[in-house]
Amino acid sequence: MFDIKDIYEAKSVKDAVSHLEAHPNAKIIAGGSDVLIKIREGKLAGCELVSIFKLDELRGVELTMQGDIKIKPLTSFSHITNDPVIKRYVGVLGEAVDQVGGPQIRNIGTIGGNICNGVTSADSASTLFAFDAEVEITGSEGTRLIPIKDFYKGPGQVDLKPAEILTAIYVRKASYEGYFGSYIKYSMRKAMDIATLGCSVNVKLTEDKKAFEDIRIAFGVAGPVPMRSPSAESAGRGKKINAELIESIGKAALEDVNPRTSWRASREFRLQLVEELTKRALKKSIELAGGAY
Amino acid sequence: MEKVLIRFTLNGKKVTSAIDPRWSLADLLRGGEHKHTGTKKSCEVGECGACTVIINDETYNSCIYLAIWADGKSIRTIEGLTGENGELSDIQQAFVDEGAIQCGFCTPGFIMSSLPILESGREYTRDEIRKLLSGNLCRCTGYKNIIDAVEKTMKARLEKKQQL
Ligand code: FES
Ligand code: FES
Repeated sequence: MFDIKDIYEAKSVKDAVSHLEAHPNAKIIAGGSDVLIKIREGKLAGCELVSIFKLDELRGVELTMQGDIKIKPLTSFSHITNDPVIKRYVGVLGEAVDQVGGPQIRNIGTIGGNICNGVTSADSASTLFAFDAEVEITGSEGTRLIPIKDFYKGPGQVDLKPAEILTAIYVRKASYEGYFGSYIKYSMRKAMDIATLGCSVNVKLTEDKKAFEDIRIAFGVAGPVPMRSPSAESAGRGKKINAELIESIGKAALEDVNPRTSWRASREFRLQLVEELTKRALKKSIELAGGAY
Repeated sequence: MEKVLIRFTLNGKKVTSAIDPRWSLADLLRGGEHKHTGTKKSCEVGECGACTVIINDETYNSCIYLAIWADGKSIRTIEGLTGENGELSDIQQAFVDEGAIQCGFCTPGFIMSSLPILESGREYTRDEIRKLLSGNLCRCTGYKNIIDAVEKTMKARLEKKQQL
């Protein structure tokens, strides 16, 4: 039995929003793999909950008329990995969330919950950053759309006002078309562990596949929130691909990150991972895009 | 808290249950009127898989699944595997034969996690089996015998299917 003061099962997004307005202290529960554990640990004991878990309108992945990918927030990690649209256009996102926890957690954990937690280690977040994803937030006044980088305010803090709900995540066609990506999660255990460092890279090569037309690099756990590395990206953009360039991109990434020492790993070790994982994910992405280095 | 009524399918039978909305599904299965104590509770924070059950064909940790969410779902537990007179199913027998059970506390969870593998009709490598069982912990056996039992049952079922 959970130490819950009250739980309300929302009937629709609108219903959830109005219930949250009437109960400002209530917390949203989606799959619960974070909230229920915090309740068990006593951190959220005695809380009021609004469950959105049964809102199937918030589940699934769609390709819009414009060719954008719309990911609804209650889609579980395992459904993202197995989704044909994700597999075809942003396979790297499916691979990234396939590294969350274990099978049971991937069946209950939702991508929306993963980013609304605001933690830097979220396996989905760095890849969404790397594709310039946008998030749609719904409140009583309607919906607003913001870039994912503005959604993260600080550790554990996201731009959700009271009585607002994340209702969609978009990856635009221009952001994924022609790009090939790779995510590397470094963790002590292969399963049931959170990332010591996560690195998501995607590249678009020129027609002759000899140079980077564009390159995007994002990290988790390299700072208080997931982040991009503009220095590493501009070190590579427009340049001819060779081993030396890859080395220098890895080095350039160090200019933007600011990892900390935790019980999991030291700052120094994380810096080494930033450089090394950037190079490895870059090489893998080049291969996927049909290039060579 | 006021009880709520939910309807769900438990091992193929339609049931109705009056539940406390604060219950986890593990609370409901073990402590409700069904007394399905084959589902174990250990960590109760989604780390160990001892409480694994199948909900609509997917594995879940029932310790971090709210009982109210079970409304309308089809749930399978270890109790659903044995025959009418308590005969063991092939996977249960394989766990016994391979020495994949010592204290046995993790066993129902491992067996429920292995069902999607066995029922897919597909052949998995040992590494793939390991990955699909990575949400379950065993403190006794050292895992090898568990993987052996699952692999053996998977192969036996595939062979049987081919002969048909
Ligand atoms: S008791 Fe549910 S995962 Fe450990
Ligand atoms: S047999 Fe004892 S925990 Fe697995």
